[in-house]
Amino acid sequence: MIVLGIESATESVGVALAASDGVLANVEVARGRRHAESIVPCVQFVCERADIELSEVGAIAIDVGPGLFTGMRVGIATAKSLAMALNIPMVPITSLEVLAAAEPTTDGIIVPVIDARKSEVFWAMYRRTHQGLELLHQPTVGSVDDLVSDLMARDQSSVCVGDGAHRYGDDITAGFSCSIGAAVHPSAPVLASEAVLRAIRDETVAEQMVEPVYLRQPDAQINWSTREVRS
Amino acid sequence: MLLPEVVVGPDTVILGIETSCDETAAAVVMGGDDVVSSVVSSQIDVHAEFGGVVPEVASRAHLESINPVVRRAISDAGIDERRIDAIACTVGPGLIGALLVGVSSAKALALAWNKPFVGVNHLEAHLYASFLEESTLEFPLVVLLVSGGHTMLIEMRGHGDYRLLGRTIDDAAGEAFDKVARYLDLGYPGGPAIDRAATKGDPGAVDFPRAMMDDGLNFSFSGLKTSVVNFVRKHPEVSSVDIAASFQQAVSDVLVHKAMKAAREVRATGVVLGGGVAANTKLRSDLHAACAVVGIGAFLPGREMCTDNAAMIGAAGWHRLRALGPSRLDIGAFPSMPLVEAGIADG
Ligand SMILES: [Zn+2]
Repeated sequence: MIVLGIESATESVGVALAASDGVLANVEVARGRRHAESIVPCVQFVCERADIELSEVGAIAIDVGPGLFTGMRVGIATAKSLAMALNIPMVPITSLEVLAAAEPTTDGIIVPVIDARKSEVFWAMYRRTHQGLELLHQPTVGSVDDLVSDLMARDQSSVCVGDGAHRYGDDITAGFSCSIGAAVHPSAPVLASEAVLRAIRDETVAEQMVEPVYLRQPDAQINWSTREVRS
Repeated sequence: MLLPEVVVGPDTVILGIETSCDETAAAVVMGGDDVVSSVVSSQIDVHAEFGGVVPEVASRAHLESINPVVRRAISDAGIDERRIDAIACTVGPGLIGALLVGVSSAKALALAWNKPFVGVNHLEAHLYASFLEESTLEFPLVVLLVSGGHTMLIEMRGHGDYRLLGRTIDDAAGEAFDKVARYLDLGYPGGPAIDRAATKGDPGAVDFPRAMMDDGLNFSFSGLKTSVVNFVRKHPEVSSVDIAASFQQAVSDVLVHKAMKAAREVRATGVVLGGGVAANTKLRSDLHAACAVVGIGAFLPGREMCTDNAAMIGAAGWHRLRALGPSRLDIGAFPSMPLVEAGIADG
């Protein structure tokens, strides 16, 4: 099973092809937030380099967020339309899962933390098992304080990964058994490799089932509902 | 990677995609003017509670609707997807996040099916909505393009050959409709609301100002909106249907007067109406009558083709593909893309 993975929930764009024997090709464009311009040429590039026709791809893996709204959407729209046109299934994976998949630790909890701006972070908690990542805490958005109280309440050794973990590392590690892992951004090779494992376990879904994970309402809706509360 | 070649002719089938504002649309068009299917999923209800289009809300709704709308357009057309020769999509102008959903989807389809991708200018597509009705047009033509975002007069000297004659210096005509409708509490969207109310009112009840009537081919609508507000404050007893009818008459008078003036100046064979405001009953009948008086054509798109749709994208895409060939797959969206460059811009 060959999987094409598209990662665009951050400022960079990554596209990778992976199979059960590993990553076949991988490209990343890190500058300029030009997701819409870059993704399709990146797909063409990895296919050419790996000498793969799109018709040989068995599933499309996509980072469904949370992350930058516009970047995510461009990737998801591309991935869903590719899957529809090629008539193949998809493997939707959250950005938090991609980060967790990159952390090798087998003891303790893996806590991906993504900088959500506005002094907030997206986070979730996982444990690595033989069947893959086990979800311990649903993806959520909140303040760094919220995250720290969550970690303290759980009181287990944990590894935090992601740009949020790196940015707020001092707050997160202060006073309890928590370390900061290497992974900073979700990456396309990790996404595609994780998707191959899931595809082998038959964890694919139809294109229609794939939805973005925003974890946040549009600003207008937030303003709107607070305005209604006030009036 | 080389783009696939396609010979563009009467049998060429284009899948058109449109996501520039608040309609997610897809259509199958053959030969540039035969609308085989046209599907429009409107977000009006989603935005009504905000009284206008909210960009992030629009982008989210486009992502939900794009694939279902494309599937539906293909199944309504009763064709196999392999019959599609090219994918055309609006690349601008419009809301950046909204445009990007359509562009990303269209490029993915083009890549997966190995068919050419054609980036279409949304404003140019509005002109082609009229050609769907009447495909034997003689140039030069004057195009009056009026929507919520644009009010412009254009000389069209051939396919893809445009010259800007005049434009609004402040509000777009459609914007004035929206603002006045909101002020009079007639509902959203404003265009159809005023149109409905005006049928019950007297267009001569209030003599609102006709701005810049003898002053070139530019327009101004912000003063008109202000005088409506001032008038209503001073005369609360005048019914809103009379205000709506008088306001609509003032807008129509200015638009028709300038369009006819432009037609005289460039010796046009006819006037083409395009954009959402082209659905306005009064404007349609006034323009039709004015053109009849001087014996030139009045080309009005079908009402369902005035508002945003993808059939016009498929039609414009056919002409563009024939004249200029496919667009590159590394283009994005152009939120403020001008029409006058549509014929030469690479995108
Ligand atoms: Zn439009």
